[in-house]
Amino acid sequence: MANDPEEKQPSGSSPNEPSAAKPPAAAGEPASKPPVPPAAPAAAKPPVAAAPPRPPAPPKEGPVPLDNDLVKRYKEKFGPAIVEAWTDRKQAILVVARELFAEIATYSRDEEKFDWLSDLTAVDWPKREKRFEIVLNMYSFEKNERLRVKTNGGADERVPSVQGIWSTANWMEREVYDMFGVVFEGHPGLKRILLPDEWEGYPLRKDYDILKQDTAWVRENLGIESGQ
Amino acid sequence: MADERVPVGTQAETTVLGADEIVLNMGPQHPSTHGVLRVKLRLDGEKVIGSECVIGYLHRGVEKIAEHRSYQQFAPYVDRMDYVAAVSNGLGYCEAVEKLLGAEAPPRARVIRTILTELQRIASHLFWLGTHALDIGALTPLFYCLREREEILKIFEKYCGARLTTHAFRIGGLQYEAYDELEKDVERFCKPFDKRVDEYESLLTENRIWVGRTKGIGILTAKEAIDYGASGPVLRASGVKWDIRKAMPYAAYDQYKFEIPTGKNGDTYDRYIVRLEEMRQSRLICLQAIENIPAGPIMGKVGKVLKPPPGEVYHAIEAPKGELGYYIVSDGTTQPYRVRIRPPSLINLEAFDKMIRGHLVADVVAVIGTLDIVLGEVDR
Repeated sequence: MANDPEEKQPSGSSPNEPSAAKPPAAAGEPASKPPVPPAAPAAAKPPVAAAPPRPPAPPKEGPVPLDNDLVKRYKEKFGPAIVEAWTDRKQAILVVARELFAEIATYSRDEEKFDWLSDLTAVDWPKREKRFEIVLNMYSFEKNERLRVKTNGGADERVPSVQGIWSTANWMEREVYDMFGVVFEGHPGLKRILLPDEWEGYPLRKDYDILKQDTAWVRENLGIESGQ
Repeated sequence: MADERVPVGTQAETTVLGADEIVLNMGPQHPSTHGVLRVKLRLDGEKVIGSECVIGYLHRGVEKIAEHRSYQQFAPYVDRMDYVAAVSNGLGYCEAVEKLLGAEAPPRARVIRTILTELQRIASHLFWLGTHALDIGALTPLFYCLREREEILKIFEKYCGARLTTHAFRIGGLQYEAYDELEKDVERFCKPFDKRVDEYESLLTENRIWVGRTKGIGILTAKEAIDYGASGPVLRASGVKWDIRKAMPYAAYDQYKFEIPTGKNGDTYDRYIVRLEEMRQSRLICLQAIENIPAGPIMGKVGKVLKPPPGEVYHAIEAPKGELGYYIVSDGTTQPYRVRIRPPSLINLEAFDKMIRGHLVADVVAVIGTLDIVLGEVDR
């Protein structure tokens, strides 16, 4: 649950699962991703892989399933909406259903006291069925802990805005929109923040071609062919 | 107050202006915006009733660049974000990658890192104080502050050859051994430095103009500061006693004694007091650290080719401006799959609109200055 080995553990948390229980995806092809969220939630924990073929790897690297009191409380409250929970480098991560994203964020802030949103960002996984992963990094002053809550969104799916929960999410969501093209439902003024309004495309998507952008700009503005 | 008419985040010109209202553009080439920040101000006479920050003029796509560089190759780029505190940026990045690798820098490297980072905090705060005072009309502190900052930059130059974008640290430790007189140089700087801070205080703290221009200006309550994600001195001046160096110690901070200064009112004056006190505390950390720099290697066990196991990590440090976080996702290759940088300047700037409403145009420069933003980091 905690962020660091030396940080205190949450009150009453059970110790992490034994290190051998690694989700198979982590040990498998590296280019893919951390564990694939299983379709059936609460019941289906990632199957325990036979010791992954990486003998020297110490247990703290790579994802380890998490099932402590905190996760239990979340599961009790939201049931199947808590798709998965694991720790990676001793940092707790929850994957939640997109529909309840804002509700879970509210609950985290008010009930679990993760009252400070330190970061909101996205990661693009073009090969996944739902390519965008929206990541909330929260911090609790009271517990001195961090928690990461993620949700997945497809290319055309809208993600509930958390701007009404933390004012700071306003610009962060604008940046995610600017860089990934993820649309946040309920954001009061979703528009580009770092790039000019007339910019085409979303640069932090994995399939965004920097060279194409560059040659087009050179052709248009300088009237020559780019040497790139 | 006209707050109902212009909700936060609304574009200043899209709502209908009242008969007495005008929209004034400030920047992006305004000397007191500390770079290329453009602010659209909605004014009623001289009173600001709404504002909108336009940023991105310095956007270089650092996060995209990271995906096309190896872990080591990207390290120098982070120095260019907050170019007033390059050492801190480097520390955050190196530690984040070390965490991702499961490696650790040896004790000697950690202590030297701590010394340099604290010197950098002093340098950053000095530069802030000088320019902030200059914006408000006090010319003298700038010369004093730059005089002291120069001494710190000379230490950096002796250590690694660079003054500003230092790239002082490497993933896994340090590249350069500390030069022979490092301790002496740090001591020579730190010993008299508290007198120097007293000197700045004698110019400003009880100066009637300074107090008049900063007290009660740009108030951010603790609740608002948390809601707006503010961090660093901005958060502490609002009365929240939180410092990552204490809460989640990194480098060698757990070995040293220091206080976390806080303010009460969350106004520009309190932020000034907090930062001055932070400089004194940083000086104490440096003095403690040079007394006992452990012997031993300066580079931990990391390979020449870095291939962190798949997974992700979020690591944050207390940079001079606030929480500087790196969220790095690895896919097991030599290049990061995704690097997200949580810049304290950008997120502190977000509270600007909240802070400036109801104040005068002249206070705009005071509030921009007190947030201590660096546009290289805001835009990345």
